[in-house]
This record gives sequence, structure tokens and C-alpha cells, in this order.
Amino acid sequence: MITLNHYLIVSAILFATGAAGVFLRRNVITVLLSIEIMLNAANLALVAFGRYLGRVDGQIIVFFVVTVAAAEAAVGLALVIALFRHRESLDPDTFTTLRW
Amino acid sequence: MLFLIPIFPLAGFVLNASLGRRLPKSVSGAIACVAMAASFGLSVASMIALTRLEPSARVVDQTLYTWMASGDLMVPLALRLDPLSALMILVVTGVGFLIHVYSVGYMHEETGSEHARYFSYLNLFAFFMLVLVLAANFPVMFVGWEGVGLCSYLLIGFWYRKKTAADAGKKAFIVNRVGDFGFLLGMFLLFATFGTLDFRELASAAAAWTPEAQFGTLSLSALLLFVGATGKSAQIPLYVWLPDAMEGPTPVSALIHAATMVTAGVYMIGRNAVLYSHAPLVLGIVAVVGLATAVLAATIGLVQNDIKRVLAYSTVSQLGLMFLGMGVGAYAAGIFHLFTHAFFKALLFLGSGAVIHALAGEQDIRRMGGLRRELPVTYWTFVIGALAIAGVPGLAGFFSKDEILYRTFATGHPWMWAIGVAASLMTGIYMFRLVFVAFHGERAAAAGAPDAHGSAGFAHPAGHGSSGGHLHDAPRAMAIPLVLLAAGSVLAGYVGVPAVLGGQNRIEAFLEPSFTVHDAAAAGAHGDEAAAAGEHDAQTEIALMAVSSGVAVLAIGVAFYFFQSRRQAAAALAARFAGVHRLLLNKYYVDEIYDKAVVRPVKRLSTEVLWRGVDAGLVDGAVNGVGSTVGVASRAIRRLQTGSLRAYAAGVLGGALLILGYYLWR
Repeated sequence: MITLNHYLIVSAILFATGAAGVFLRRNVITVLLSIEIMLNAANLALVAFGRYLGRVDGQIIVFFVVTVAAAEAAVGLALVIALFRHRESLDPDTFTTLRW
Repeated sequence: MLFLIPIFPLAGFVLNASLGRRLPKSVSGAIACVAMAASFGLSVASMIALTRLEPSARVVDQTLYTWMASGDLMVPLALRLDPLSALMILVVTGVGFLIHVYSVGYMHEETGSEHARYFSYLNLFAFFMLVLVLAANFPVMFVGWEGVGLCSYLLIGFWYRKKTAADAGKKAFIVNRVGDFGFLLGMFLLFATFGTLDFRELASAAAAWTPEAQFGTLSLSALLLFVGATGKSAQIPLYVWLPDAMEGPTPVSALIHAATMVTAGVYMIGRNAVLYSHAPLVLGIVAVVGLATAVLAATIGLVQNDIKRVLAYSTVSQLGLMFLGMGVGAYAAGIFHLFTHAFFKALLFLGSGAVIHALAGEQDIRRMGGLRRELPVTYWTFVIGALAIAGVPGLAGFFSKDEILYRTFATGHPWMWAIGVAASLMTGIYMFRLVFVAFHGERAAAAGAPDAHGSAGFAHPAGHGSSGGHLHDAPRAMAIPLVLLAAGSVLAGYVGVPAVLGGQNRIEAFLEPSFTVHDAAAAGAHGDEAAAAGEHDAQTEIALMAVSSGVAVLAIGVAFYFFQSRRQAAAALAARFAGVHRLLLNKYYVDEIYDKAVVRPVKRLSTEVLWRGVDAGLVDGAVNGVGSTVGVASRAIRRLQTGSLRAYAAGVLGGALLILGYYLWR
């Protein structure tokens, strides 16, 4: 029997993986992919709770998240392309000029 | 209808101030003159209408609208025509109109925009002066009072590129502010005491009080108002601005600083005659201050060499005599002298202006002389003015000055009378000194005399004649006002021929209602009083009159001896009493004393305490302190903004974990 806890543990592992990817990878595209993983970790938790409570609210929120994530991915990739054209690099550590 | 009288000059001002620089000079001058002429016509019409009424009913009120309404304070914008203000508007518009016409001739060398500026100021002045005299309550009067002060400042400093003129303007304004402060305080005190600021209501309220033998509220408010009058009317201790005011164009000196504005203080006392009658102590102060000013200014006038300065001190001295008249309770006599003085002093100033105009800006009488042959019109009119002011029988000054002196004697002040006679003796001497030195004798070589004032030639860079060449007499625009004013100086006195000389002193009877309370009972009581006082000793009056006539002739004789037949005698006298001479020439060092006692300490206070301490230390310190605190703090905090994406993400994650941890282990 797969309980709610199993789902939540998978979700936490996915979220930690995504967070590690955001912090450790040196490629902006991979960072974006890691963010997608974190979003989907949240989605998994949401549908699991929805199923556990017998309601559809969780699934509705997930639909919104998927939509927003699609838009975010489009904007993010466009930014990445623009950045690459500008700097010939995808390492986030090189983009530090936006400061005092 | 009444408001139309001041509206015309206001319209002239607006036209000249807005469009003046685009109009040709002839048009801007004409606008100003027409505005004054219209005002004068209305004034004459209203005077005639007023004389048709019963003497007790001669009051016309017009309330335009409520200006201020706050709690108990109700101030309507109200004008009032009564005998006193009717006489004043006649003087202001009549003499004012002549001076406007004269100015067209005098100022024709100015550029178009300057010309328009001059006439707009002049019209604005006339407007404010008319508001001042027509006002029915103190606040409206105060508007005019401040307005004429403003115009005086603007016109004294008309040639503002000249430093002395700009300084003189500031001096006039600041000295007047001191007086105005007293005036304001007096006004507040009156409102606090009586709850009204309308002149008639104040008069009837004050009439209910018994005259104050001790110094009380009534006396204090009257005294404070008199402080305002000393500022505006150039009395001790605030007279110092008037002689300096001669830096302005000469027609301005004639209009503002001789004929009209400086008489505002006298007028104000006349307007509040009932109030002052109930404060006899203050009346005494007024009389003493007036007399002291009359003598002081006359002695200074004896030795000054600038023709306009002599006239200025003469004005101060004559104003002193008016205050003496007010102070002994002879309000009608004071106003009568104001009326005649307006004619002959305006005439003398305009005459001196014609001389200055002809001599390309020369004002030092030592460099004049012999002008009688070259400037006949100016000479004869000037002589008439001098005769009138000296008090020669038959001319205007004789009747009015004699009335003041007689009333001083009759009210039991023989010493004041004697000093007043001495002052008028000096008046005659310095006036005829001007006549003999400037118009008789021979012209001194221009290069000889030291340039005492450094002002020669400034006003008229393209002057009419050089010192050696042929001089032009006044052009027609200047000559006609001179002649008309000369006629006025001869005839103006005949409205007030005293009873002993077969006259009826009509002006006194005419003005009397303005100085009394208006309800019938009080008026009747006053009438009896006047009748009782009327049986005065005719012989005394004749005798006093003879004395002052003799004094006038004596003055001319003395002036003739010293400044015509034996000029070296004057020089010898000056050398003999060198100390006194120097004291007088330096105007008793009053300016220097004021500078040391008032101006310097105020300047030091402003520099050391208010500027360096309060402004630079406190105000700037607070502002700069806030700025530098923010600067220092942000220099530390801005290290957080690294620009690194990872650092920000770490911040977000750390924050999220912190909040999560807080809820988990709460």
C-alpha cells in the first residue's frame, strides 16, 4: 500500500534534487531545468494531498502551476538566448554586473 | 460710485504695467494723466455733492463686500466720504494730476519701458493713497498705508542701478516697517478693547470713555498708532528716511514725499480725532514730538547744500508743525496746513526739479546761481512758493501756519508757540537762502565746488545744457503745473481766512464734523463748546499774527543779508561756529548714531547668531545630518547586493528554511 507519506518523501527528494541543481550547476539551462523539477515536486505534493482529502482543489492548482511553468520556461529560455548572444557564456556566475 | 475714484488710477497702473513697454511714451504718459484727470473730476463732483448735503449728514458710505469675517472680526471692504476724506482726495488727485503732467516733461528722456514703469508706479501710488484716505476702517486704511509705502520704495529706488538710490529705497522701507509695526499693534489693541475697527464706531465707543488722565489702554493704542504716524510722516525718531528719499525722481519727491504720502500720519490722527481727544497725554506727546521735529529739521535745513535735501528737511519741519497743530487739538488747523502745504511744497519741489532738469542733474546749490535770468518761469513760481512757505501775509502758508501757532498759544502753550515761531523763522531763512543762492548772484564755475553727493548727471545723461551754455526754462508740460500750483499757493489759504481778518474760516467749519462723534446729542454739546471757545481774544490773535508776519519778513531780510548782499558774512559765521556748523551739516550725526546703535547690532545678531548659529548650525545641520546618516548606512548595506544569482537564491532558500523551521519547532 502506497501511503501519503511515500508521495511526500518522493516529493521532498525531487525538491532537494532540484534545489541542489539550482545551486550547483554552472549552466543556466540546467538551472532552469532544476527549477522545473522543484515545481514538479510541489505539483506531486499537491495532487497527493488532493487525493488524500478526496477533493479536486489540488489538481486545479497543479494545472495553474503547469501553465505558469510553461510560460516561465518560454521567458527563461528567451532570456538565456539573449544572454548567450550578449556574453557567449551560460555560466550564471559571469552575470554579476547588476549591482552597486 | 465712490469706488470709481481709486479704480481709475488702478486701471492706469494695470494698463501701463502690462502693455506699457509696447506703447509709445506719449501714450503711456497720457494713460496715466487721463486716469488721474478722471479721478480728479470724480473727486470734484463728489466734493460738490457733499457740500450740497446738510453739514451733519455729510457722510457717504459704500460697502463693496465683506473682506474678512472670522469670529467677532468683521471687516467689510468699505469706503467712506466725509469732509476730511473729501478734502484729501481733492489734494491727492488734484496735485497728483499736475505732477503726472509735469512728469511727462520731466521723464521724457527715459526709455519707453522705463517711462511706462514710472507711470505705472505713479498710478499705483495714487490708487493706494486714495484707498488710504477713503477707507472706512483700519484694515482697509492699512492696505493703503502699506501700499503707498511699497510705491514709495519702488519710486525712491526707481534708478535702481545707482547704489545710493537703491539703498535709500531700502532705508525708507525698513524705517517705515518699524512704524507700521506700531500701527499694527495699535490696531490690534483697539480691536481687543472695542471689538470694532470701523472709524465711526471706534469714535463713538471712545467718546463714551472719560478722557484718560492716567496712561491707560486708550492712550497706549493712540500712542502705538502715533508710532506708525512717525514712520510714515517722518517725525522723530523715524524721520531719517525722508531726506534720503530724495534720490528718487523729483516729481516723486513732490508727490509722495512732500504733498501726499507723508501727510498720511497727520490724516490718520485727524481721522481718529475723537480717540486722540480722549488720550490727552498722547496728544501732548504728539505736540512735543512735532515741535521738536520742526525745530530739528529746520536747523539742519539751514546749512544743507543739496537743493532737494533742503526741501526735504523743510518738509519734515512742516510736518512737525502739522503734528503740533494736531497735538494741541487744533485738528482742522493741522489739516488746513496739510492742504496748503501740499500746494507750495509740491510747487517748490517741481521748481527744484525744473532747475535740476535744466542743469543736467545738478543738485548742489553752490554750483547754481544767476538762474533768475535764464529760468524766469521757474524763478517766479519758486519765489511764490518760498513766500508762501515762509508765511508772508496774503499767501496760503500764512493762514494755515498762523492758525496752528495761534491755536498753540490759545490752548495755553506760549513756550511751544515761541519755539514754533523760531522754527518758522528758520523756514523763511533757508527757503530764501535757496532763492538767493540758486537764482541770484553769479553761477560759480562748475569745477570749483566739491562733488558732495556724486549724483550729478546720473539722472540725465543726455542733459539739456552744459554748465556754461545756454539753459532752457521748463518746457510747457512742466511750466503749466508750476504756474497752476503757484496760483494754488497764493489762493489755497483763502478757504480758511480767520474770523479776525473778516473771514469765516470755512475750512474749519467744513472739517469739524469729521473730528466729532456723529450722534446729534454729542454734536450739539460740542457746538456749544466751540461757540464758547470762539469768543477768543481777537486782539491777541492780531498781535500774534503781526509777530509771525514780522518774523517772515525778518527771515527774508536775514537771508538777503547773508546770502545776497554779504555772502562772506555767512561764511564767516559758519567759520566762527565751525562746530555747530559741522554738527548741522552732518545732520546731528543721527544716521551715524542709528547705524551704531541699531543697524550694526542687528547686522551682528543676524550674522553671528541667526546665520552662523541657527541657519548654518541648526537648520543646515539637521538636513545634512539626515543625509549623511543615510549615506553611511547605505555604504554598509549595499555590500549585500553582489549581483550573483546564487547568492540571491541562497538568500531565498535560507529565508524559506528559517520560516519553515520556525513553524516546525515553535
